[in-house]
Amino acid sequence: MTDTPAHEHGEMIDDDRRNFIHIATGAVAFGGAAMFAWAAVDQWNPAADTKAASALDVDVSKIPLGGEIRVLIGGKPFFVRHRTAAEIAAADSVNVATLRDPETDDARLRPKADGSLNPAILVTSGSCTHLGCVPVGPAQGNTGDFGGWYCPCHGSHYDTSGRIRKGPAPTNLPVPDYNYVSDSVINISL
Amino acid sequence: MSGHESSYTPTNAFTKWLDTRLPLVRFAQDTAINFPTPKNLNYWYTFGGILAVCLVIQILTGIILAMHYEASVDGAFASVERIMRDVPYGWLLRYIHANGASMFFLAVYIHMFRGLYYGSYKAPREVLWILGCVIYLLMMATAFLGYMLPWGQMSYHGANVITSLFGAIPLIGESLQTWILGGPSIGNQTLQRFFSLHYLLPFMIAGAVILHVWALHVPGNNNPTGVEVQDVAKDTVPFHPYYTVKDAFAIVIFLIMFAVFVFYAPNVLGHADNYIEANPLVTPAHIVPEWYLLPFYAILRAITFDLGPIPAKLLGVIFMFAAIAVLFILPWLDTSKVKSMRYRPVAKQFFFGFVAVCLLLGWCGAANPDDAVIPALQGDPKLVVSYTADGQEATSEYKGGGEAYIDAKRFMESLPADANPSLSAVPAPTFMFRHFSLILTFCYFGFFVLLFFLGLTEKPKELPESIHKSVLKRHKASASAVPAE
Repeated sequence: MTDTPAHEHGEMIDDDRRNFIHIATGAVAFGGAAMFAWAAVDQWNPAADTKAASALDVDVSKIPLGGEIRVLIGGKPFFVRHRTAAEIAAADSVNVATLRDPETDDARLRPKADGSLNPAILVTSGSCTHLGCVPVGPAQGNTGDFGGWYCPCHGSHYDTSGRIRKGPAPTNLPVPDYNYVSDSVINISL
Repeated sequence: MSGHESSYTPTNAFTKWLDTRLPLVRFAQDTAINFPTPKNLNYWYTFGGILAVCLVIQILTGIILAMHYEASVDGAFASVERIMRDVPYGWLLRYIHANGASMFFLAVYIHMFRGLYYGSYKAPREVLWILGCVIYLLMMATAFLGYMLPWGQMSYHGANVITSLFGAIPLIGESLQTWILGGPSIGNQTLQRFFSLHYLLPFMIAGAVILHVWALHVPGNNNPTGVEVQDVAKDTVPFHPYYTVKDAFAIVIFLIMFAVFVFYAPNVLGHADNYIEANPLVTPAHIVPEWYLLPFYAILRAITFDLGPIPAKLLGVIFMFAAIAVLFILPWLDTSKVKSMRYRPVAKQFFFGFVAVCLLLGWCGAANPDDAVIPALQGDPKLVVSYTADGQEATSEYKGGGEAYIDAKRFMESLPADANPSLSAVPAPTFMFRHFSLILTFCYFGFFVLLFFLGLTEKPKELPESIHKSVLKRHKASASAVPAE
């Protein structure tokens, strides 16, 4: 005990006791603030329903030959394209070594349940890898110089495999995570 | 100055009673009525008052608009249209609020350049200046958040560009971006949090303004001579009525200009694209922020090269934030003891150069970075045929007008079928906006470096002995120029 008389009226102050109370009170306040801060920060993260909306089943049998559909998953655009035989051949015949982001067409497809590839259906992200604009495609009447997509913002041309061929974009249109639920239905997830 | 003695004497029983319980009237008297203010303040010093009015206008119209606005991706655009068409005087309130943001920034830029010219950031006013920079940052955040709310095309895609910048920050960038968006992309949850923060920040600005005025009242106003008040009786006049009237007059003139925008050109500062509802699948061809953020947007896009391990995108973000951060350390960058540029002949010229650089950066920010600055100097584009020969990509170029096109076409037809030829026009190399932006970016930062060295070498003009003597001298000069009546 370090009881020392303070002030002229002789009041005894127990410093240890005071320090204990100060530290205990401070610790509780800090702990409470930290726990509240945890909740206050974590609520910024995607909510359960937002996360749940980040996958979608798409029926690919309804896409006309040579056409595409555009789906939004969690607000992000994706292209699902039903390629013609000529488009598949064009994508296959490219010398991969000459590409800016070398990838074979087969590497950009995902296998069906039986392990075989379905080159007729191509699934890619719908945001240009340059600055995130949405390229135009067959439905808009402009497929660029290489028959795939054309980004009107800064002139990137993608081929029929969604690979960058010309313009400022650095990489190919990424292929999202997807798998064949059945022969005609795919499940795309972010 | 906070040091000045209170001159308030309660006159009746009620004010005496109140003064011993809550000295509110005394506080008002001392800070806004009798506050000693340098007698030589010019009209550039009225923008503080104008800004206070702007903040009040924005908060008042904003609170009313929030009563009619719906923060949801399905309802936001329609609710803004409803405000414009159906809510009584909704169009007026929204146009005041939207143009009010532009007026607020116009006033703040003049206010900041005024502070820069007269050296109002120097000791003992560093904290005052820094608080001003904090207010400016909060204003930019508020404006950005508010621009999202109408949920138009420019709202959506502009917010997309800006939030993706945060993703460029290493380590924390991705988490930060997810926290701002609240999901994989901009959605309902993003709009709701932007609305909440857009409502919150103006009150934080109001709080920072109180600190700003407090920090102003400790040393008192700077003035165009940059010489501190030496004799309160000779150098100052009471704030009321001298500056209440001067400020009020300037506010009225400012509001007339404001009204011209609201009533005659309410959309001239906006973008037509924002009257199209947001569509994530269609990107506007040319995404630009509002005019008051253009200089920073130009700096962001000026950096197109990597620097060592720092990728171009991150470097652009660093430069953009540095352009604002440099203002915070300005009080210590400027080494000159002389405050006012009136007495700094060299720095003065660079100051006007700096104003020009800021305006030109704004021009670059609005332009397409790959366009020619002077289109007349750009030569004809050349035609390039790209084709495949023996599995290799090859090109063939044609220059000149219509004949080149015919030659190129003839060449394409002569190629074998598997050559897959394509024709494109490549613009002639020229001085483009991104080159210009880069030069201007270096000029922008160069000004602050220059202030450091200039203060060490520049020989300033002779300073007046006091505010009082400077006023008398000017008065005599003008009296001798114009003969007495």
